[in-house]
Amino acid sequence: MTGSAPAALTAGALIVAAVATVAVGVYGGRRSRTTSDFLVASRSVGPRWNAAAISGEYLSAASFLGVAGLVAKYGTDALWYPIGFTAGYLGLLLFVAAPLRRSGAYTVPDFTDFRLGSARLRTVTMLFVVVICVLYLVPQYQGAGLTLNILLGLPVWIGPVAVAAITIANVVGGGMRSITFVQAFQYWLKLTAIGVPAIALLALFVADRPSLGEPLPPTVGQQTTVAVKTDVVVQVDAPTGVTVTGTLDGRSVRDAPIPSAGEHTLGAGTTLTLAPGAATPVTAGAPSTGAEWIGSGGGLGGDHPLYQVLAIIVATFLGAMGLPHVQVRFYTNPDGRAARRTALAVIALLSLFYVFPTLMGVFARLYVPQLLITGTADAAVLLMPRAAIAGPAGQLLAALVAAGAIAAFLATSSGLLVSIAGALATDVLRGRVRDFRTAALIGGVLPLPLALAASTLELSRNVGLVFAVAASTLCPLLVLGIWWRGLTAAGAICGLVAGGAVSGTAAALTLAGGIRDDLLGGWPAVLAGYPAVVSVPLAFVTMIVASRLTRAAIPAGTARIFARMHLPERLGMSVERVPGG
Amino acid sequence: MTSGRPQRERVVLAHRRGARIVRTRVEVQEQTEVGDALVRGLVRAQLGLALRLAGVVMCAIVSIPVGGSLFPALTATSVFGIRVNWLLLAVLVYPLLYGVGRLYVRLAEQGERDFIRVVDEEP
Repeated sequence: MTGSAPAALTAGALIVAAVATVAVGVYGGRRSRTTSDFLVASRSVGPRWNAAAISGEYLSAASFLGVAGLVAKYGTDALWYPIGFTAGYLGLLLFVAAPLRRSGAYTVPDFTDFRLGSARLRTVTMLFVVVICVLYLVPQYQGAGLTLNILLGLPVWIGPVAVAAITIANVVGGGMRSITFVQAFQYWLKLTAIGVPAIALLALFVADRPSLGEPLPPTVGQQTTVAVKTDVVVQVDAPTGVTVTGTLDGRSVRDAPIPSAGEHTLGAGTTLTLAPGAATPVTAGAPSTGAEWIGSGGGLGGDHPLYQVLAIIVATFLGAMGLPHVQVRFYTNPDGRAARRTALAVIALLSLFYVFPTLMGVFARLYVPQLLITGTADAAVLLMPRAAIAGPAGQLLAALVAAGAIAAFLATSSGLLVSIAGALATDVLRGRVRDFRTAALIGGVLPLPLALAASTLELSRNVGLVFAVAASTLCPLLVLGIWWRGLTAAGAICGLVAGGAVSGTAAALTLAGGIRDDLLGGWPAVLAGYPAVVSVPLAFVTMIVASRLTRAAIPAGTARIFARMHLPERLGMSVERVPGG
Repeated sequence: MTSGRPQRERVVLAHRRGARIVRTRVEVQEQTEVGDALVRGLVRAQLGLALRLAGVVMCAIVSIPVGGSLFPALTATSVFGIRVNWLLLAVLVYPLLYGVGRLYVRLAEQGERDFIRVVDEEP
């Protein structure tokens, strides 16, 4: 892992991916002149390019690294994350895609302005857009830190800073037009980067046919040393062959065996040595034996597994509708019909992609089980090729995966930054190209301190929380705004604040370290970790009730606005909105 | 004095299709009562379609974890050497999502075509 030749190869791959990203961006952005170019690529992106760009933008660190990590750790129930990340686009297709495009808006705050004509609502929406995007940038930056730290041994802060710098440069340079090319390119890069190693490992797996569902924990094939960096509680099923140097259950020990099966605490700085064939200890709360891992209903750590699964379904199915960086891409379609076709193509592209992280997660349990000890299972995709395949082939695959990972951070971060910059530039500043660039700089730097300070949860889970916030705020606003004539600006603001407060508090509590599992039967902890089941209906109900109470404030032109959103373009009702116009 | 002349006749070179088109289109565009009713009908039809399809998908999806927790034996069975729960969640869910999406696009576009035909049709 620390040999200089593989490190140089990996570093080379990272640099090539980053340079290619900037180069494609410069090529695509060389004709970016107008604000419309910067914000919506002058609405000229066809479904194919757009679907690849949306998928490239959407497949973030959470999908590229996080899904495999969660599958390795928790097994079947973790599969709900990729399903939800895909199904979100079905929700978007059914309820949002075409009307949102036909509204002619160019950002989400602009849509609310178009629909309800309230400057105050526009400002509130803009704040939510910025908050959601900044929160979503945090796990991207963290993933970059993790990747560079694990692959090259660099300090954790370098990854976030490097990704922030490249992203800002790209967005400042060409805005949406350049980003479209970059992201479409990155979808295919990511697919290759995870698909090729996954297929290689699949061939290895089929040749060996090792069993996955045994009643024993995963075992290591050769002597393995694991350094524990933060305190961790592990579940040990079979202590044979495991020795500890450092702190075990609060006592200082040296080359001591683990005394008994059960839960043990390992202090920071401890080194764990596993003899060949030893059963791997597993982070407490995760299923330890193969039989538990392969079965359904175990949840993702903590109590009430069925509730967890249902909450993930609600948050992810509705959350994609409320992600500003996803919506902004739909404004670049030429018309509503293209918007629908784009959403459908995205479902296909995502379904294809998620096959591979799932496979990687399964193989991680076989080939790098030691990652399950420290809880950094997110690194599985990065480390597995070299651990499983010896020689230069493994090193090449590892370099390829590293390039894909960096593409994932860059693509998603660029998309998020375009959204932040678009919202800030047109709603706080004066909407000129120069304002867009200033806003991009501010928005890119803002999440840096958060990424360095926040506790490191699993990346997918972190992103899942952002989905919950989006599903409780912008999703009800859009769905009710598009389909219900009774919505008023006051009602929308009440719903946004209620949903945002509940889901935001829950997310903040979980990110700050979570609530103790043993409190009140585990419900407070699980509700804070998965708030969507409560906060989404709350946001919808608040919006509806508050709108009914302020019925008199329904805007006079609602009928005309509905006609514009829902009638096909052929009838000539649609009007393209432009900033400042 | 007029008897020598032939009767004046109206010559029609083609049916005037345009008149009605313009009238219904204008009704929709100008938001008259009739036009608004047409738009409401379209919105209701599209929303109904989306809700029905979403309902089908939600029922299918939610029944997987709920069914699994009610009848654990179901998920422990294997087909072709793969557990049923893995087969469902890792493979079969995705074609379902795509299939429903495709059906929606077809039906929604059909609905819009029908709407345009109603608006543009002669009485």
